[in-house]
Order: sequence, then structure tokens, then C-alpha cells
Amino acid sequence: MSLRHRTGTAAGAVALAALLAAPALPSSAQAADLIVSNWDGYMAPDIAERFQAETGLELEVVNHATNEEIMGKLMASGGKGLDLVFVSSPFAEVLNHQGLAAGIDHAEVPNLANLYPAATEFAYDPGNAFSVPYTWGTTGLCYRSDLVGQPVESWDILLDPPAELEGKVTMLSTDRWLMAAGLLATGHSVNATDEAAIEEAKQALIEAKKQLLAYDDTTFYSKLVSGEASLVHAWDGWCNYGIAENGDIRFVVPQEGSDLWVDTMVVMEASENKEAAHRFIDFVLDPANHAWAVENILYKVPNRVAMERLPASLVEQYPNLGMSPEELTGYQLMRDLGEAQRAYSRAVSEIKAAN
Amino acid sequence: MMSLSNHEACGLRASDPRVTPAIRKILPSGPGLAAAPGVAWLAVFMIAPCLLVFAYAFLTRGLYGGVVDELTLDNLLRVLDPLYAGIFLTSTRIAGLATLLAVLVAYPAAYAIVLSPRHWQPLLLFLAVLPFWSNYLIRTYAWIVLLNREGMVNQGLTLLGYEGEPLSLLYSEGAVVVGLVYNYLPFVILAIYATLSRLDPQLKEASRDLGASAVATFVRVTLPLSAPGVAAGAVFVFVLSIGNFITPALLGGGRFQMVGNLIYDQFLTANDWPFGAALGMALILVMMALLFLQARVTDRVSGGRVGAGNA
Repeated sequence: MSLRHRTGTAAGAVALAALLAAPALPSSAQAADLIVSNWDGYMAPDIAERFQAETGLELEVVNHATNEEIMGKLMASGGKGLDLVFVSSPFAEVLNHQGLAAGIDHAEVPNLANLYPAATEFAYDPGNAFSVPYTWGTTGLCYRSDLVGQPVESWDILLDPPAELEGKVTMLSTDRWLMAAGLLATGHSVNATDEAAIEEAKQALIEAKKQLLAYDDTTFYSKLVSGEASLVHAWDGWCNYGIAENGDIRFVVPQEGSDLWVDTMVVMEASENKEAAHRFIDFVLDPANHAWAVENILYKVPNRVAMERLPASLVEQYPNLGMSPEELTGYQLMRDLGEAQRAYSRAVSEIKAAN
Repeated sequence: MMSLSNHEACGLRASDPRVTPAIRKILPSGPGLAAAPGVAWLAVFMIAPCLLVFAYAFLTRGLYGGVVDELTLDNLLRVLDPLYAGIFLTSTRIAGLATLLAVLVAYPAAYAIVLSPRHWQPLLLFLAVLPFWSNYLIRTYAWIVLLNREGMVNQGLTLLGYEGEPLSLLYSEGAVVVGLVYNYLPFVILAIYATLSRLDPQLKEASRDLGASAVATFVRVTLPLSAPGVAAGAVFVFVLSIGNFITPALLGGGRFQMVGNLIYDQFLTANDWPFGAALGMALILVMMALLFLQARVTDRVSGGRVGAGNA
């Protein structure tokens, strides 16, 4: 889910410019047999060649920078122009509510059998009726064990750091995760929608801002590597990028718990190439193909066969890749907030504007 | 401001008696034809998008992005909410500070270039503009390399014998202002240089001949006459700074919310296009007001021709 940020602010600027004008969708619809939109770098770069070699179908991959960007396009176009999109689960939920998501025909995706049973029972889509999970993970604290003198166990160390960490912690700035840190630290659900909970989390986060080095969604792990920060609020996969460069970096999920995020594949109801889209999902769920994401972008995938095949050395180097499905599904599944998203956005604006 | 068509600006009209029939043939009969490409460009890429922004500001947000066709004034009223008005004020303060610093640095620089030997001036201007050859993001990232706690400034201090905790220079309002000044300074130098280099040197000589000191000459002749350049440069920095969102995100570490960031968030995370459009509209109005003021300054100076005639 975090990969949405990899392309960062500059790509966002371009997206912003494109948004106000009529939504631009790929125009070469006649050429390809299948058009898929995904975050940049989230699949193997040669996936189109390999998909064509195996199925004879021509695949065109387009990129989106954020969930919101692709949702804006899909809402405006009614889902036309794209056959399959990668979105985070709360957005898949919305696509389904809006009637934009096609059903998944399980008979056409035999590789669904490779998924962990837990990955077929998500509350937003039990039985994978309209979405198929691609990656999953959680959010926690990523820190330099050589620079942090005390145990890292609670969200409190992020929100109310001891003197040695003042000015040396960063937090995620995207609404849902920033608020999640405040909500979890104050004993609420990451999906809390009541005003009192949002207010309490907001106050805690405004207080926390005083000891904060920066809000950072994209470069927090390099701040850890350089020693600029000692402890950062991080997605599990991204903490691995820090671990790759510095073996003293550790990832921990605080005792209060955390969120479970799932990035999914959704076939568009408006697609005229649903059969090809199903073949693509089946192709991705092939253990060898699905393992690419684990080995190259260091995210966990809900594919039992792919995970069991991982080299032990990889899990040893990046321990959070070894989290069990039971552990992951024990965290709070991030859900669509509906109207309450506005309250979250406003709270985050107030936090960012506070001194 | 931009209403003069080209041939009016150089004093030649098709109706001018000096124009021979041969010339009349190549001059368009009105301002129309020659201006057409520019007008078309502006209409399609400037006026139409602005109208779109204005229209969106009056619509209702769709729950998941996009807009619903229900007219409302809520978005515009929300801009006046103390939270968002406060963000406008913060942005104004940061942009104002950046503008002030940029002018204070650029004016002496432009003055020095004008005073240097003629054949050196192109090279000096070239050097002033040189940073523009690299990308805005790279120039901004360079400041992160310089200012961060493990950065070059702190390393330099350590080399000089400083032994305390590294200084926290980055992710502060100061870092944002420095980044803005650095990025927009060349514009101001160019704008001020343009007016200073066109000043008639005889005006200065006359002032000195009539007994004014060098300081009085500068304050009463050079400075007022260069006001249009200062105004143009200042408005440029201010307008680009107040809407900027990359510099506060990178150098402010997201800890300083400017209008640009707020608008960005409305479109890319909050899914509230109409409110984003309303904020954008407010920003456009601020900018238009400033450009109007700048035009007034320019008019006053070029219309008044200083006090030279009265002296």
C-alpha cells in the first residue's frame, strides 16, 4: 500500500495537473488485449513480455501514483478504458459499492488455491467475490537498535519520545496512517469514526508534533540509515529497505496493535476484456510470479505456495517477511471510512497547521 | 498590462500615415491575426482551466472524488474557516519573507552587474541564471544534503572544532524560506537588472551635477526608477512562493502546511475537488490582485517620468 508514495510529490504534481482537466485515460485501447493500472515498480518490469509469451495476450501497463488518483479517473470515466486496477482494499470496497467492480469468476483463476485461507476471508470481501489480494502488511516502528537505548514496545515512544529521541523521530503523513498512530496510542480503532476518538487522536498528534523531526512517507528509511532519525513510523516493507542498508535496523509492531493493509486486484465491470483480466490475475498468482514482489520489493504476499518457497536467508535478513498470516490478520483491517474520511482529512489539516 | 499588441508597442499602426501600402500589406489590419496564436494558447490553456476551477468551486464533492452537479457556496465559505484562513496567513508570511530576502539579495547583485564593464555583463547574468539549468527538485534536494543533521553544514562545523549536538537546520520555516529564495532569486536579479540597465545614465549625472550626494541620487533617482523591476521580481517570487508545495514538503518536512500543500491534499488524499478548487480560486484572486498592484507601480513610474521635469 505504501508503494503509492514511491513516486512521491513530483508525480503527484503531474497527477494534480491532469486531474482538473477531463480525466485522461489510455487512448491505445484498440492495440492491447488488456490494460492494467498499477503503482510504478509494483510488478516485474518484464511482466508484459512474460505474460504475452505465456498467454499470447498483449498487456499494456499504465501507472498511477496514488489510490486517490486512480479512483478519480475511474469515478469520472465510469471505469471505462482500464480492464484491471491495483488499489488498496478500502478503495476496492468503494469500487464494489459503486458498481464498478466485476465479479471474480473463480473457475477462471485456478491459482486462487495458492492463497492462504485467511486471505480469502477478508471482511471487506469474503470469498474474494470482487477482489484478489496482491500484497499485504502492517505498519509499525522501524528503528536503529544501536541508537535507541530502550525497549521499543508501544506507540507512546513515537508520540511521546524520551529525551534521547526528541527531534529524531518521523511519522507517516498520509491521513489514514498518521491518524492510526494517534488512534492506536489513545486506545481506539484505526477505523474509528466517532468524533471523540478522532479529537483525542488529533490532540495526541498535535502534542507529538513538538518532538517530531518531520512527516515523511517516502524517505524515512534513508533518514534512519544516515542517522538523521533514530526511530520512524513505517510500513513493514519499507523498513526492509532500511534493513537492506543497515543491519542494526529493526521493525516492531507495538503492543497496542496496528493496521492490516491489503493491496488488491479488481476487474472493472466496464471492461470488455474480462477473460484476459482473469488470466492476468491467474498469472500473477502463479507462485513464481507472485514471489517476485517478495524478493524484489520486500513485501509480503498472501500466496502460501510463494511464501513457502522463499529462501530462508531472505526471511532471516528481513524478519518481518516471516510474519504468519494469523499474526497479520490479527491486526485491524483498514476499512473504507465513508463520510468520516472528511473528519480525518480535517484533523490532519489541523495537525499539520498546528505550531 | 498585456493589452498592447506588438505593433502598437513599437508605435506603428496600419493606419499610420508613415506606413506605405507595401508595409500595410504585411501588417495585419487589426491586432487580430498576429495575436491569434497567443490568444488561442491563453484561451485553451489558461482561461478555460481557470474557468473550470471556478466552476468546480461551486459544485458539491462526490464522496469518492469527482464532483456532483449540485450548486453550493459551502466550499467558498470553508476557505474563510479560521483553520484554512490561518494556513493562508502562514503561507503569506513565508512567501512575504522569501520575497523580502530575495529582493534584498537581488538588488545589490543586479546593481553590481549593471556597474560592471559592459562586456562582463552577459557572463555575470549567465552565472546568475546558471542554477536554473538543473531541475527544481534537484536544487531543493541539494539543500537537504546541505542542511540535514548529518549534512555538509554540520560536517563543516565539526571540522571547525564544533563539538555540540548537530544543529537542526532542516525541517524548519527558515529552511523553507531559504529554499524559496534560492530557487527564485535569479528571476528577481533579471527583473531588476532589466530596469537598471535601461536607466538613462544622464539622469544620475544630472542629479550629481545639481549637487545631490551619491546616496541621495540613489534614493531619489535610481531607486524610484527601478521600482517596476523590483515590483515585477517581487510579485514573481511571492506568487510562485505562496502556491508552492514541493519546498514546504521537502525542506519543511511537512511540518509547515502552506496553501499549495492544502490544495494538493484536497485533490490527492481528501478527495475533495470542489474545496481544492475553491482554495485554488482564492489563490488566483490573491495573485490577480498582486499583479494589478504591480501594474499600478509600473504605470506610475513610467507615467510620472520621475520629478525630473519639475526640478
